[in-house]
Amino acid sequence: MIKTLFSRQYRFLRRPLGLASRLLLLAAAAALVGAVFLPLWKIHLVAPQYREGLALRIYAHKLVGGNGGQDLHEINTLNHYIGMKPLAQADFAEMTWLPFAFGVFGLLALRAAFIGRMQSLVDLGVLFVYFTAFSLGNFYLRLYNYGHQLDPRAPMTIEPFTPVMFGSQKIANFIQTSLPQSGALCLALVPVLVAAAMWCSRGETLPES
Amino acid sequence: MKTHLPPFMSRPGPAALAAALVPALLLSGCNPPGASSSSSGKSGAPGSAAARTWVAPGEKDEYYLFYSGGHSGQVFVAGLPSMRHISTIPVFSPYPGTGYGFDEETKALLGDYAWGDVHHPALSQADGLYDGRWLFVNDNANNRVARIDLRDFKTRQILGPIPNSSGNHGSSFVTENTEYVLVASRFSVPLPKGRHADPADYEKEFNGMVSGIKVDPSDGTMSVGWQILTPPFNWDLGSTGKGPSSGWAFWTSYNSEMAHETLEATSTQGDRDYAAVVNWRAAGQAVRDGLATTLDGVPVIAPAKVPGVLYFLPVPKSPHGIDTDPSGRWIAASGKLQPVVSVFDFEKIKAAIDRKDFTGEVRGVPVIRYESVLEGEIPVGLGPLHTQYDGKGNAYTSLYIESAVAKWKLPPWTAEEKADLNKVILDKIDVHYNIGHLVVGGSDTKEPYGKYLVAMNKLSKGRHLSVGPAQPESSQLIDITGEKMEMLYEAFTEPEPHFAQILKADAIKPIEVYPKAGSAHPHAIWDAKDASITRRGNTVEVKMVAIRSRFIPDRIDVNEGDELVIHVTNVEQTTDMIHGLAIAEQNVNVIFDPGETKTLRLKIKKPGVFPFYCTNFCSALHQEMQGYLAVKPKS
Ligand SMILES: [Cu+2]
Repeated sequence: MIKTLFSRQYRFLRRPLGLASRLLLLAAAAALVGAVFLPLWKIHLVAPQYREGLALRIYAHKLVGGNGGQDLHEINTLNHYIGMKPLAQADFAEMTWLPFAFGVFGLLALRAAFIGRMQSLVDLGVLFVYFTAFSLGNFYLRLYNYGHQLDPRAPMTIEPFTPVMFGSQKIANFIQTSLPQSGALCLALVPVLVAAAMWCSRGETLPES
Repeated sequence: MKTHLPPFMSRPGPAALAAALVPALLLSGCNPPGASSSSSGKSGAPGSAAARTWVAPGEKDEYYLFYSGGHSGQVFVAGLPSMRHISTIPVFSPYPGTGYGFDEETKALLGDYAWGDVHHPALSQADGLYDGRWLFVNDNANNRVARIDLRDFKTRQILGPIPNSSGNHGSSFVTENTEYVLVASRFSVPLPKGRHADPADYEKEFNGMVSGIKVDPSDGTMSVGWQILTPPFNWDLGSTGKGPSSGWAFWTSYNSEMAHETLEATSTQGDRDYAAVVNWRAAGQAVRDGLATTLDGVPVIAPAKVPGVLYFLPVPKSPHGIDTDPSGRWIAASGKLQPVVSVFDFEKIKAAIDRKDFTGEVRGVPVIRYESVLEGEIPVGLGPLHTQYDGKGNAYTSLYIESAVAKWKLPPWTAEEKADLNKVILDKIDVHYNIGHLVVGGSDTKEPYGKYLVAMNKLSKGRHLSVGPAQPESSQLIDITGEKMEMLYEAFTEPEPHFAQILKADAIKPIEVYPKAGSAHPHAIWDAKDASITRRGNTVEVKMVAIRSRFIPDRIDVNEGDELVIHVTNVEQTTDMIHGLAIAEQNVNVIFDPGETKTLRLKIKKPGVFPFYCTNFCSALHQEMQGYLAVKPKS
């Protein structure tokens, strides 16, 4: 019984990939390359005296303030009043390896496209979902720490908070909005493309049977 | 039981609307656009004067108005049509509000003078149109010209006292491509300056001067290009030519009698005074040809020896304005003591010069025959001073004595109009009171805006809430788009606008912060960790950062007798995040705009501990932005 199950599973995993699947995998690799260069997330702050808002764009490898970089200085200047640590790219160790991680996934997708079988897709999909969950968790932790590790000697004492990750919230006189950007959409596309590739090759027959 | 109507039911029905609209339509029917009306009252109805000058909170004006501030030494900036004062640009006087005249750079600009007398602002031009780069203003008292950069609305250069030139009233008149800012002396003195002569020998010993201040086209730097020596007439107002009069400039004078005392009577004896007709291109060429002699370091042209640079033109008694129209062909000069504007045809002036149609000469300078070049004398009214143009063939002359503005039609005139020039006077409007200058936007360019006229009145005589005997001046906004002029609004200013320029708001795009990337200041620091205090002998040099809400360092230790130099950089890059540094009892008040670095220098004369603090409200913790200057006594 169990043996039959494993053997069916084994046959499924050894299925070759059709042309459509291979193209989908190429698209996934392209999406991963896109994610290296496109902004992943944007945090936007609006207050009465900042009507155009202050923008912060997070890339895989850099942190970019709006208004020619100026908004990052401004956000840090404002944050010092509540004792928040200045946001500095140097403190984001992940920005040194994240592009490589995306690259590795891109290579895995290419590998699957050229020499892969169904099992490569499962590896790629599972690893990628795990990696994404870990990254989002890490991002949340970052936000939590920035909002909770406040300098007790700061001019203003506020209740520790977590900057919102999806959507908007009001912090003092600011409305903070945080939303994924095109880079994150590229990443979201990857598991969808992998799943589609699996779907397209579900009927492929094993060469030796 | 109370029932709630749906919202649309509670609105006035169509019948009620119609009833409300009918009287409104009837009213507007009584006042066709441009009609002189009393609707400048409290009505805010569409089309009323109130509605046309209303700039709602958060909205912006359509034009800049740059008023000269007279003996305040400043330039005032207002918006049109609201007439709201927006900003003051200090030029010749210290202005604690922006820290002007307190830091080393602006102290050096002001030199030895604590004030100036700003009369006639002029915008820079390219091809006869405003190019939005600079605003030039003159100092009638100390013979200077200043350049304000419209990139940041700051005074960037003060040239002068100009050698051999005294009483710089006949300025600032900018040539078509800002080659020169032209200047003429109102008060003649013995030359070179510094020489003593008896004022009783005025006619013999004193001289006037017309100067071409050269403007560097790349950065606006001014220098004296040339001067033309003139008899000691009192040069008054001028304008530059364009089109057919391109390369020429004109000034009126009073006192061609060359009297030196009780001018009120002695200088008003002749029926005519002389205007100067100057070929400024020829003057520049004469200097290049080596025809000038150097006086006090400046090339000076003796017009009798260099024919073709200067002519005299008789104009009605004691004139003030002489204004070239946008086509460059018609020149209107008005005599304060004769109720006419004389209109000259530059083409006739050119022809008269070519065929030497002169009535004689004064000190070797030919006098052009008045009758040969006159197009007509228009009986505009009493005390005509200054004329502006709307670009649609109309001229507007201020009438000082009559307290009015006359609108009249430029030539060409019909035979019937020529026979009776009363017929070219189209309209007149009262102003309050005693108008001096007036301005129509772009009147000195090829393409005036022709929408508004601002009357700058010398007396306000209690038209405002009473503020005691020292009263403000009044300026009135007049709509000139219709057949009849229409009074829209009035505003009050500090002393004392003499003339103004109007600039379309979108003609410039000023910066709002000094970008960190573009900072070239040798003492700028951008990071708190670069702040420093260095002692060299008896000099203590501080590099300081100002940022919400602290100075770094916020403690400075010195000894009595030290020289303290502080370079402060406002490292903010956010609009309007301005900080100031005041040191108590040290007469220090320096203001830094975002991204600006300023240097202050002071001699430490007394021991004690002197608080310093931020003067410009910057943040919730602005009050906390402070520090101490601790001074140890001499041992
Ligand atoms: Cu401050």
